Amino acid sequence: MSPEGSVNSPAKLATKNLSVFYGSFQAVIDVGIEFPACAITAIIGPSGCGKSTLLRSLNRMNELIEGAKIRGEILLDGKNIYQLNVLELRKRVGMVFQRPNAFPLSVFDNIAYGPRVHGINRRQKLTEIVERSLKAVRLWDELKDRLDQNALGLTDEQRQRLCIARMLAVEPEVLLLDEPCSALDPIATLHIEDLLRQLKEKYTIVIVTHNMQQAARVSDFTGFMLLGKLIEFGTTSQIFTRPQHPETENYISGRFG
Amino acid sequence: MNSLPADRRRRKYFLSNVYFLFLAVPVIIFLVFVAYMVFYLFRNGINVISWEFITRPPERGMTAGGILPCIVGTLYVTLVSLIFSIPIGVFAAIYLAEYAPNNLLTRMIRSAVRSLAGIPSIVYGLFGVALFVRGVHLGLSVLASGLTLGLMNLPWIIATAEEALSSIPGSFREGALAVGATKWEAIRHNVLPFAFPGILTGILLALARTMGETAPILFTGVTYFTRELPRSPLQKFMALPYHLFALATQHDQLMKARPIAFGTAAVLLILVLMFDGVAFLLRMRIATANKWQV
Repeated sequence: MSPEGSVNSPAKLATKNLSVFYGSFQAVIDVGIEFPACAITAIIGPSGCGKSTLLRSLNRMNELIEGAKIRGEILLDGKNIYQLNVLELRKRVGMVFQRPNAFPLSVFDNIAYGPRVHGINRRQKLTEIVERSLKAVRLWDELKDRLDQNALGLTDEQRQRLCIARMLAVEPEVLLLDEPCSALDPIATLHIEDLLRQLKEKYTIVIVTHNMQQAARVSDFTGFMLLGKLIEFGTTSQIFTRPQHPETENYISGRFG
Repeated sequence: MNSLPADRRRRKYFLSNVYFLFLAVPVIIFLVFVAYMVFYLFRNGINVISWEFITRPPERGMTAGGILPCIVGTLYVTLVSLIFSIPIGVFAAIYLAEYAPNNLLTRMIRSAVRSLAGIPSIVYGLFGVALFVRGVHLGLSVLASGLTLGLMNLPWIIATAEEALSSIPGSFREGALAVGATKWEAIRHNVLPFAFPGILTGILLALARTMGETAPILFTGVTYFTRELPRSPLQKFMALPYHLFALATQHDQLMKARPIAFGTAAVLLILVLMFDGVAFLLRMRIATANKWQV
C-alpha cells in the first residue's frame, strides 16, 4: 500500500507481496508497503503481529533465525535487496535493537567498529567519524572527554544513543529501529524521539513500536499490522483520526492489544 | 500481608533452616576431606622438597636424589597435549556453537562429544597404543603420550568452549552484523574475546587432569626409570603421576621410597595449583578488561 497523501514522495524502500516464514509458520503475510524517503514510518500492532519480522527482513537480519525464508520482493531505491551483497545492504540499511546492545568496548571503539569492518583504519579519519556520529546523536558534549571509557558504564539512554551513533558511523541511508525505547524511561524516550525527528532530515526511518502514543508523536506515516497482515497504512494523522478499518479503530482506541 | 497463622510461620521458618542445613552439610564434608588430604600430603611431603629434590635425577634405586626427569617429563607431555588439543578443540567448539546447523547430525556430534568426555582414561591409553604407538609408529614416546592425553582432553575442551561461546548474548553478534560485519568478524571481535575466560577455564581443567593422569601414558611412553631428560619428543620419559604410582606400589623397598613418594605428590599438587593460579590471574585481568556482565 502506498499512503494516502504521499503520492509525490518517492519510496526509498518498499516491499511487494512480501511473506516471511519461520519453518512452516508464516509470520508476515503478503505485505506490500512503501516507506517514503526522509520521513518516519511507524509500524504498530499487538505483540506477535509480525511487525518486528517485517522490519528485520528489510536488512535480512531475519536470516539469523534458522528456517527463516521469504517470498516476494523488497526494493531499495527500486532495486531488489537480494541483488545486493548482504554486507553492503546492512551498511546502507542500519538497525537499532530493543535493548541498547553497546559492545563492551570503549565509546570510541563502539562507533569505530562499523567503519573499521568496512576498511577504514586511519586514526584521523576514525576520530572524525566518531566526532561526527556522536554530534549527530547529541552525545558529543557529554562524552568527548570520556571516549576511552567502557560503553557499558553509560546510562541506558546514552547507550541507546551510542547504538544509533554506531549505526550512523557507516553512513546508512535507511534506519530501522526495533522498539528502540522499550528499555528506556519516559524522559529518555522523549529525548530519543526528538533525535529521530532531527535525523529524518537526512534519513529514511522505520520504527517498530507497541507504544501507540509514540507512533502518534513521532511518525509521519503509520502502518497497522495484525496477525501477519498489513491491515492499514496511511499518514499518521489519518490512521489516528480517521481509521478506515474497524480493526485499526479497535486497536487505536485500546479495545484490544 | 502475613496471612499464615503464627505457628505455621514458625514451622515454615524452621523447615527453611533444615533445608539449608541439608545443603550446607555436604559442602562442609567435602571441604573437610579435601583440606585433610592436602594437609596430610604436605605434612609428609614438604620436608622432602628441597632445591636438590627438584633439580636432581633419582639416585640409589630411587630412594634418594630428586625427581627432575619426572617434572620435565610431565611438563613436556602436557605441553604436547595442549598444543594438539587447544586449537582443534577451540575451532571445533566455534564450529559447533556458531556455524553448525541445528540438525540431527549436529546433535549427535554434540552428544558424542559429551560421551567421549566420560570414557575412562585407560581406554584412551589403549587407543593411544593402537593409533600412535603402533599405527603411526611413534613408538613409546613423549609424542605418543602427549597426543593420547590430547585426545582425552579434546571433548572437555570442546564442551566447555562451546558452552562459553553459547553464553555470549546474541545481541553482541547482531550489533556487529547490523553494521555490515561478516559472521566471522562478528565472532572474532564480539564473541571470542568475551568467551575467552570460559574457554580458559575449560583448558585449565583439561591441563590439571592431563598432568595427573597415569593410565593414558602408561602404555604409550612413560618409563619406570631414566636418568636422562627427554631430548627429543620421540624418547621415553618419566612423569610425576607414574613415578608416584611406582614408588607407592611397585618399589621393592616401599618404606624407603615413601618420603620421595610424598614429595612427588606434593610437587604434582603444587604444579597444578601454580597453573591454576596463573590462569586465575589471567582470567581476572581479561574479565576486568571486558566487563560485560552488567
